[in-house]
Amino acid sequence: MIISVASGKGGTGKTTVATNMAVSLGSDVQILDCDVEEPNAHLFLNPIINEKETVFVPVPKIDDEKCTYCKKCAEICRFRAIAVLAETVLTFPGLCHSCGGCMEVCPEKAISETDRELGVIEKGRVNGLDFILGRLRVGEAMSPPLIRKVRSFVQPDKINIIDAPPGTSCPVIAAMKDTDFVLMVTEPTPFGLHDLKLGVEAVKLLGIPCGLVINRSNIGNNDVRGYAENENLPILMKIPFDRRIAEAYSRGKLIVTEMPEWKEKFIELYNSIDKLAKREKDK
Amino acid sequence: MKIAVTSKGKDLDSEVDPRFGRAAYILIVDTDSFEFEALDNSENVNAFKGAGIQAATMISDKGAEVLLTGFCGPNAFKALNAANIKVANDAAGTVKDAVNAFNGGKVSFADAANVEGHW
Repeated sequence: MIISVASGKGGTGKTTVATNMAVSLGSDVQILDCDVEEPNAHLFLNPIINEKETVFVPVPKIDDEKCTYCKKCAEICRFRAIAVLAETVLTFPGLCHSCGGCMEVCPEKAISETDRELGVIEKGRVNGLDFILGRLRVGEAMSPPLIRKVRSFVQPDKINIIDAPPGTSCPVIAAMKDTDFVLMVTEPTPFGLHDLKLGVEAVKLLGIPCGLVINRSNIGNNDVRGYAENENLPILMKIPFDRRIAEAYSRGKLIVTEMPEWKEKFIELYNSIDKLAKREKDK
Repeated sequence: MKIAVTSKGKDLDSEVDPRFGRAAYILIVDTDSFEFEALDNSENVNAFKGAGIQAATMISDKGAEVLLTGFCGPNAFKALNAANIKVANDAAGTVKDAVNAFNGGKVSFADAANVEGHW
C-alpha cells in the first residue's frame, strides 16, 4: 500500500497527518518524506539516521576536440540546456532534464555524461518505523529525480506513507503518481479551497482514488464541505483548531503522543483509506 | 557593424523592449546604413525556459556584435559572452534612438547580468 499525503495549499497539515498516521499504525510502516525542498517529518519522528547517499543526475559534457558545431544537440534539446554560439558549445546543467537526446543525435560522439549533484537521501529507523527523506541541494531547482529516488525505496509489502510537497507542479506529480491513494489535507478557508480544487484536478488526471482530511475544521466556512459533497470526495477525518494540537506541533511533538485518544482516529483514517483503495482495485 | 536591439515593434520607430529573452521582436540593425531585419521572437516570449539562451543563439547566428537591451539574465549573459556579443543594458526610447546613442558612443557595456534568472 502506498499512500501519498498531498494538499495543494502549503501549511495545511500534510506532515502532521502523515507522521501521526505512521506512528499510530506501529510496525510494518515506512514514511517517505518527499517534500525535498524542506523535509520536516524527521523533526516530529526523531529517527536515528544510519545511511546517507548523495544523488546525482547525468548531464552532458562536450568534447571540444570532436565537436564540429553542427548544432544537432542544441536543436533536439527542449529545455535549451545546450547552445551553440559560433565555435563555442555551452551547456546549462541546471536546465538539463537528463533525457540523453543530445548524446543520441551527436554524429561525432562528442558528448559524454558527467554528474550533477541534486541532493542527499537519508535513511533511518525509529520505534520500528522505517524512515527515509530526500533533501534537495541548496540552490538546486529540479526536485523530481530526487523524489523518484526516495520513492525507489518503497517496500511493497509494507504501508508506505509519502509526505508530498505542496502545490500541483512536477514535484507533486512525482510524489503522487502511481500511488494507491491520495490523501488531500485541506483547511476550510477560501485559500484552502482554491488550492484543493487544483490538487483534486491533478489527482483526477492521474486516476488515483482520493479522500480529504479537513484540518482546523472549526474555522473558516462551509465551502470546502460543499465542494467535497459535489465532487463525491469522502471526508475521512476532521482535526479541530485546538490549542493543545498547536502547542504539541510547535514543540515538535506528535498529536498521538500528547493526546493518545487520537491514535484510534488515525488508525480509523488508515482503515477507511485501505477500504477505498481496495474498492478501486476491485473495479 | 550589425547590432541587435530588443524592440516592441517591427520597425526603427518602435519602442525598445527592455526585456531580452522575451522581447516581442529583436531588430538586427546595420549601424552605417540603418538597414534592418526584424526577428519575430514570439516563440521565445512563451518559452517554458531558456528564452535568453535561445535569443542569444538567434542574434549570434545573424552576426550581431552588440546587443542593446534593458535587462539581461545570467544564462543569456553567459551565452552572449561566449558568442563575443557585447551587451549594453541601458537602452531606451525608440530603436533608432538606441542605435544613434550607440553610434555616438553614448552606451556603456555591462560586464555581468543585471537581473536574476526567471526575472
